[in-house]
Parts: sequence; C-alpha cells; structure tokens
Amino acid sequence: MFYLIGLLSVIFFALAINVISKSIKLNKSLAANENTGEALDSSNNANAYGMIIFWALGTIAGVWSFMVAKPDFLPIAASEHGLRTDSMFWVSMAVVTFAFFATNTLLLFFAFKYRYNKDRKATFYPVNHKLELIWTVIPAIVMAILVFTGWRTWRDITSQAPSDAVVIEITGHQFGWYVRYAGVDDNQLGNYNYKLIDETNNIGIDFTDKHSFDDFTATELHLPKGKPVLLKIHAQDVLHSVYLPFHRVKMDAVPGMPTKFWFTPNMSTDEMRAKLGKKDFNYKLNCTEICGRGHFGMAITVFVDEPEDYAKWCAEQKPFLATNPTYLAKVPDNLKAKASKYIPAEPVAVDSAAAPAAEAVSVN
Amino acid sequence: MSTATSHAEEVHTHAHDHEHEHHELNFWTKYVFSTDHKTIAKQYLISGIIWAFIGGSLSIIFRLQLGFPEMQLDWLRPILGEWIDEGGKLDKEFYLALVTMHGTIMVFFVLTAGLSGTFSNFLIPLQIGARDMASGFINMLSYWFFFLSSAIMFSSLFIETGPASGGWVIYPPLSALPQAMPGSGLGMTLWLTAMTFFIVSSLMGGINYICTVINLRTRGMTFTKMPLTIWSFFFTAILGLLSFPVLLSAALLLIFDRSFGTSFYLSEIYIQGQALPNMGGSPILYQHLFWFLGHPEVYIVLLPALGMTSEIIATNSRKPIFGYRAMIGSMMGITVLAFIVWAHHMFVTGMNPFLGSVFMFLTLIIAVPSAVKAFNYITTLWKGNLIFTPAMLFSIGLVSLFISGGVTGIILGNSALDINLHDTYFVVAHFHLVMGAASFFGLMAGVYHWFPKMFGRMMNKTLGYIHFWFTFVGVYMVFFPMHYIGIAGFPRRYYSFTAVGNDGAAAFTDMNAFISIAAIITFTAQAIFAWNFFYSIFKGKKAPQNPWNSTTLEWTTPVNPGHGNWEGEIPAVYRWPYDYSKPGSDVDFIPQNVPFSATKSSNLPEEDAEIAKEKDIDGLLGAQNESYNR
Repeated sequence: MFYLIGLLSVIFFALAINVISKSIKLNKSLAANENTGEALDSSNNANAYGMIIFWALGTIAGVWSFMVAKPDFLPIAASEHGLRTDSMFWVSMAVVTFAFFATNTLLLFFAFKYRYNKDRKATFYPVNHKLELIWTVIPAIVMAILVFTGWRTWRDITSQAPSDAVVIEITGHQFGWYVRYAGVDDNQLGNYNYKLIDETNNIGIDFTDKHSFDDFTATELHLPKGKPVLLKIHAQDVLHSVYLPFHRVKMDAVPGMPTKFWFTPNMSTDEMRAKLGKKDFNYKLNCTEICGRGHFGMAITVFVDEPEDYAKWCAEQKPFLATNPTYLAKVPDNLKAKASKYIPAEPVAVDSAAAPAAEAVSVN
Repeated sequence: MSTATSHAEEVHTHAHDHEHEHHELNFWTKYVFSTDHKTIAKQYLISGIIWAFIGGSLSIIFRLQLGFPEMQLDWLRPILGEWIDEGGKLDKEFYLALVTMHGTIMVFFVLTAGLSGTFSNFLIPLQIGARDMASGFINMLSYWFFFLSSAIMFSSLFIETGPASGGWVIYPPLSALPQAMPGSGLGMTLWLTAMTFFIVSSLMGGINYICTVINLRTRGMTFTKMPLTIWSFFFTAILGLLSFPVLLSAALLLIFDRSFGTSFYLSEIYIQGQALPNMGGSPILYQHLFWFLGHPEVYIVLLPALGMTSEIIATNSRKPIFGYRAMIGSMMGITVLAFIVWAHHMFVTGMNPFLGSVFMFLTLIIAVPSAVKAFNYITTLWKGNLIFTPAMLFSIGLVSLFISGGVTGIILGNSALDINLHDTYFVVAHFHLVMGAASFFGLMAGVYHWFPKMFGRMMNKTLGYIHFWFTFVGVYMVFFPMHYIGIAGFPRRYYSFTAVGNDGAAAFTDMNAFISIAAIITFTAQAIFAWNFFYSIFKGKKAPQNPWNSTTLEWTTPVNPGHGNWEGEIPAVYRWPYDYSKPGSDVDFIPQNVPFSATKSSNLPEEDAEIAKEKDIDGLLGAQNESYNR
C-alpha cells in the first residue's frame, strides 16, 4: 500500500525534474540578462508552481497515508486513564492539525501568489501591532486550555493510588522483567535488597520481612480487570522503562530509586481479542529506555483477567518460599514459625534433593 | 574634528599594514592556523559538511536495518568488518552505536559547530561592521579545540569495542558501567573526552560572539539596528555560554563515576552477577544536568537558523521582515524560556509529578513566541515580490518544517499525553522535523545565500533548486510517516520490532521500508549539494558585490574581502536593515549605510528626525578607528 505513496513521490520527482529541466533551457536563453539585476527567469515561476504542487500532493498524501495507517494505530485504550488521554490526544491532534494545515497552506500559497513580477512592487509593511497582539493572544488562549485539561488529567493519573489497589512489583534487568506479587495472604510486598540477589532469589527478596513470606514471582504479568493496580517499579542494573502500550502506561525503572504507576485496566485480554478479532492477541510489556543489546526484545506477556480468574490464578501460584524452602534459613528465628507455614510439609530429605531442580526452573 | 585628517591617515596606514601583512601570511597562517574570522568560518563549515555526511551515512545504515530487517548486509563488511555478524546482519550493539553517534554528530558537530560556528563567525563581524572578532586568537583556538574534539570522536568509530552506544543522551548507569555494554568502555571515554573539548571550543566561540556583538558594532549600529541574524547569534551564544558548562559538569561527574569510584549517578546496582558497592547516587540527577543543556541546545541549533532565515526571507521577498521587534522579543522569550523547560524530557522518569505539572505549563508557554515567529514569517511573504533563490527556497522550507515539527511539540509537552508517546517514533518525528530538518534547512539557506561572500563565486542555481526539492520532499517523506509509527506505540532505539507483538511489526513493514527508501534518496540528493559547493568554490561564476540586492553591511565589502574586511573606513550605519521596497524610493532596497539625509523622498516622518543624529554618528569615526589602533 505504501508503495503507492512511493509511486506518488516518484511522479512528483519526475514532475519537479521536468519543470526544472525546462527552466534550465529557458534559464540558458535568459542567461545573458542575468547580471542586470533582474532576478527573473522562468525558474522563478517554476519554483512557485512547485510550492502549489507540493501543497496539493502533500495534502493528498497526508490524508491518504493517515487513512492507511489508522487501522494499525494503537486501538482504544485498555485502561481508564487511557481513555481520557486518548480523547485528549485526538482533540489536541485536531487542533494542531488545523494549525499545521492552515499555516502551511498560507505559507505555500503566499509563496506562489506573490512570486516575482517585475510590474509589481512589494508592499512596505513592517509592523501591525494589532495583528501581532491577536496572534499572540489566540495561541496563548489555546495553549492555556490545552495545558489546563492536560494538567487535570496528569494530576489524576499521578495521584496517590487507592488503598485497595493490587500491588505488583516489576523489576527490570538486562534483559527482562521480574514480576513479584504481594501474595494472597497479606497483599503486601515484602522488602527487597539488591545485596541479597543470588541466582535463585533474583529479585533480592528480604526474608527478614514477614510480608515476604507469601510473595510469589512470575514470568508474566497478570492484572485484574476493573481494579486499580499499583505497579512498583525497580531496576537492577541500568535504566529501563515499563511500557504497557495498550494501557497507556509508561514509567522508567531506575536503579536505586523506586518508581510507581497506578492504573485501572478496563478490558480483559479476551475482550480485546474479541474486539480486534485476533484470537492470539496478547498485551505486552515492553522496555522503552535504551538498556543495551537486548533492549528491543525485552518484553513479557500481560494478561488482564476477570477479577475472579485473577484471584484463581493467584491462588494457584506458590509463594517463593514454598518453591525454595532453603530460604527458610534466612528468616529470623522469631518469624520462623510464621514462615514455616509456607514450606510444603514433605520429608526434608526429598525437599533438599528437589531444591536444585526448583532453582533451575526459577532461574528461567 | 581637527584630528579627523590624521585619523584618516592612520586608517590608511592601518589598511596598508593589513595588506602588507596579508602578503606575509604563509600557507599555515593563512589557511590553517588563521585568526581571520572568515577563514575560521569556512573551516567550521567544511568540517560541518564532512561531519554531516558521516552522520547521515550512519543513519542510512540503521535505516537499512529498520526498513529491510531481512536484508543481507554482507556487502557492508568491507567497511563495517565484524559489525556485520556471521548471518550477514547488523550487530545489535553496533545498531545502538550508530543511533548514538548519528545523534551526537548531528546535534553537536553539524548543527552546533557547523551552523552556529560557521555563521556566527562569518556574519557577526561582517554584519555589525567589525574588522574581526574581539579575539581572533581565541577564535582560532575555538576551532582547533573543535578539531581536536572531532578527531577524538571520529577515532572512537574505529575502536574494537565500538563507539559510545547508550544513546546521544548517554544516560547512566548504562554509560557508566563498561560491563553493561561494550560501547560504555573505551568508546564512552572517548565520547566524554571529545565532548569536553567540544564544550571548551563552544565556550570560547560563545564568549567571542558576545564580546564582539556588544563591543565592536560600527558607529550608528545600535542594538535596534542590528540584523535579526546578529540577534539570533547573540542569543545563541548566551544560551551556549550558560548551558554548556552544565553539560561539562554532568560529564565530569560521569567521568568520576566511571573512573574514580564515586557514586554521583550510581546506586544499588546488581549487574552480571555482582552487586556494586555504590550507594546514594541518582541517575535522575544526570538527566536534570544533561537536559539543562539538552533543551537549550535545541534552540542553540534552531535560533541561528531562524535568524538567517529572517534575513533571507526579507531580502528575497523585497519586503521588510514583519514585526522586527516582535521577532527580537520572541527570540528573547525563547532564550529565557529555554532554560526552564528542560524537565519536559523527564515526565516519566519517576520525577515528582508536581514538577511535571510545572514544566508542562512552562513548556507550552514557549509555543507562543514560536507561533509568533511563524506568523511573522508568513506575513513577510504576504504581498512581497518573491525571488526564489535556493536560499529563499530553503528558508520557506524551514518555516514549513518549523511549523510541522513544532505543532507536535504541543502534544508532547503535555505530560498526560507524553506518557504514551514518550520515547516512541512520535518523538523522533517531532524533533527531527523541528530541530533537525529545520536547522539543516537554515544551514543550507545560509550556505546558498552567503556563498558569494565566502568564496567570491556563485553556486549553481539550478542545482540548488534540484537539491531543494529533493530534500524538501524527502524530509517530509521520511519524517511525516514516522508520526504514525509513533502513534502505533513503536519505541525508538529498537533494533527490530519483533517483540512488539501482535503482528505490530508486520503492520508497518511497508512504511518502514518506504521511510528508508526516502531517507536514502534524500541523503543521496545531498551529493548534488556537495558537488555544487566544492565545484563552485573553484569554478563558480564570479560573484557581483551584492548579488541579492541586500541591505546589510557584509555586501559593502569587496567581493573577496581581505583581513580586516573593509579596505577603507568601516561604513557607518544609519538605518535598520530592512528598508526594502520603501515607498517613495526609486530603488527597491536602501542599504544600512545610506544616511536618511540622502533619501529624503522615502523617509518616514520619524526618520526625518534621525537626520540630525547623523552628525553624531559620523563623529564617532575617530573613536572607532582609535579602538582598532590601540
């Protein structure tokens, strides 16, 4: 399809070259005149017509390419704040497209209309305060409106997350994302410390904090539909950035400085699949801050589930401590009893034999 | 006034001295270690052109990867060696290196040094009526620091671990940790070294520009009679002088973090199986420091282009620039606001959202002076008598690109909308149009317009037209569709879009290929310019003294001005630089050095009052000459 634009442009180039080569001929015949101060060969007119041709073809190509590209834009937002920013985006886009079109049209038409004519003299028109005042004030008012609506939306998006928000931790590293859930028992993430990171505990979960015991990790992100979700974002090595394109969520992951973003997904994976008519559609979490060789491939799959499915999925997940019972040793004595609840009640001998296997799995 | 004669004699001897000196200059002092601002300007220009071709070709290589991900690139192996892997594909790290070096080269080496370095040097003394810069020696040092910087940056392209690869913004920790990527090793060290020299160079240049504009204006050249070009160079120099040192401090702290174990930007890092001891630093600190330069930098590259365009559009419309004072005012507004909008690059870095609100307000305010400038350009064309020289075409192109790229800034400056668009191709499209292409068009307009003054010869007009149309159409074809890719949520600096998922990559395969083809055509078309430029230096048609019938002082110098610019006295200035098509005048332009007493038929009422002041202006001649003889 886009080759058609290519074709259009080739035609345009051909036209341009044709006009110019014509003007060269005329130019040569007029060359004798050139030093008389007359600026004034037919190439001047050719360039003036070029402005109009450019305007016409540019308008056609602009409108047409927009129509062609539109189906591939991000579809309607899958989060509540995203619906707001989307409508604001398209309103702003309409405003700036109008400004873009109007000013470019004036520019190119004036260039054409006032092309050199030796019988005409330019109008000496150095200043008009009224006119200047008008076109200072109008953009200022338009800006003020855009800023004000933008600011209100921004304020709401970045406000404190509701206290009942589902808390999920996302940790960026070269080149992937670790996801940790607060667990089904206390909905509170335990502490972490980068110095505790090892091959198995690759987030550095701190088991001296009792909130850590029921935390579980996953290689994909599950979100409950219709509930506020608070992402707590970390990075281990370099900057990364959490980008959920369909949810209009983006926030950098910064080593040494936890960041956060809360939002409410409002369309489940299944609903989006039905809407797009794509059975294999999946939401993605991508990285949008350059982080090295594997930057472009740093993605995980995101599932937005109905709240009951989400609860069911969470219940099926085993806490980190359950899959890696050796970490019980890191729990302080006064909390051992609480932590032991999460250790599967199986013979110790079997457990220690199984542990390396479990580690191997969780590394991936 | 009795001393007037002796002064005249002095000047005569002085001019004679110059000529004498001129003969004694050998090759080295004339062309290499020259202190003549015109030679230094040409050195900057030619260096800038060479850098532009290097920077452009890097972008073509990564556009091949983006447009044709399946393409076998074995044929590039003679140039790129092992950066093409066994599969005939571009190395993934080298892709990032290309993106990084393209940005660095274009922003700093082409559009800062090549644009402002060339034209500030060339035009400030010529247009304000000075014999040279305030300090020719510092000016020469400025170029040679730039050259040293260029040599170091260029050499980094050839080292085994590759040049800096962390993006042109070189955010730490990626740029601070050699284990994070190979480009953060020696390549980054060279990048930082080169940029340090670059900053030294641009500070020396900037101080010189400011001193010269303030101190060396010829008699009668008050600030409100200065051409807009000079105003723009003046503001640019102020911007650079205040913001480049901040980049230097950012770079120094990064050097400390890299080499001396400090933790300015590093904290709680676990990399490659190792927890680093650094605690308490903040990567966000670097971003604040970087963008405190980075945003003014946008205007450092853009303002000179806007200034030159004002001049060219007025000249070739045969009309005064509309709203001269509003143009100065809006440039001043832009200069001030440029310093307080930097954090709009950081809305989603985890910076306090309240700061985000503040910076959104400030950012959108800057749209107002920018809009005023665009309207003023358009009104200048209105009822003009337009002569489409190549310079004029590029100037009109600049205005168009400035508008087209500028309007999307209103969207990106809105923090709520920036959430989704940040670091996508929408941003790439935006800044390439508004600062990349627009400034490049300004550079081209400047070269075509002042080439006759630089080399005493004309460039070929027809080739100029062809060059313009290819570039104008090409730039739009490259960057317009990029907005669509951005709206579709494609992140920038991606080697390929395979992980976008859901057939996203496939949806834009054609468009990416189209963009790449357009980029290749546009880049190739620049060869027309290169040929025209270098051929015309030697073989171009001999230029008349004032080929565009322009009013400013540079056209009162000889066709090939020598050291000192004017052979006799420096002309005095009596009027503003935009007296084109003045009613009552039988010529369509009145140069700045023509007194009002000589143009009684066309004077406006308030200008008749100026006639009385002419004596005072003429009386300053002695003092002016004395200042050069001290």
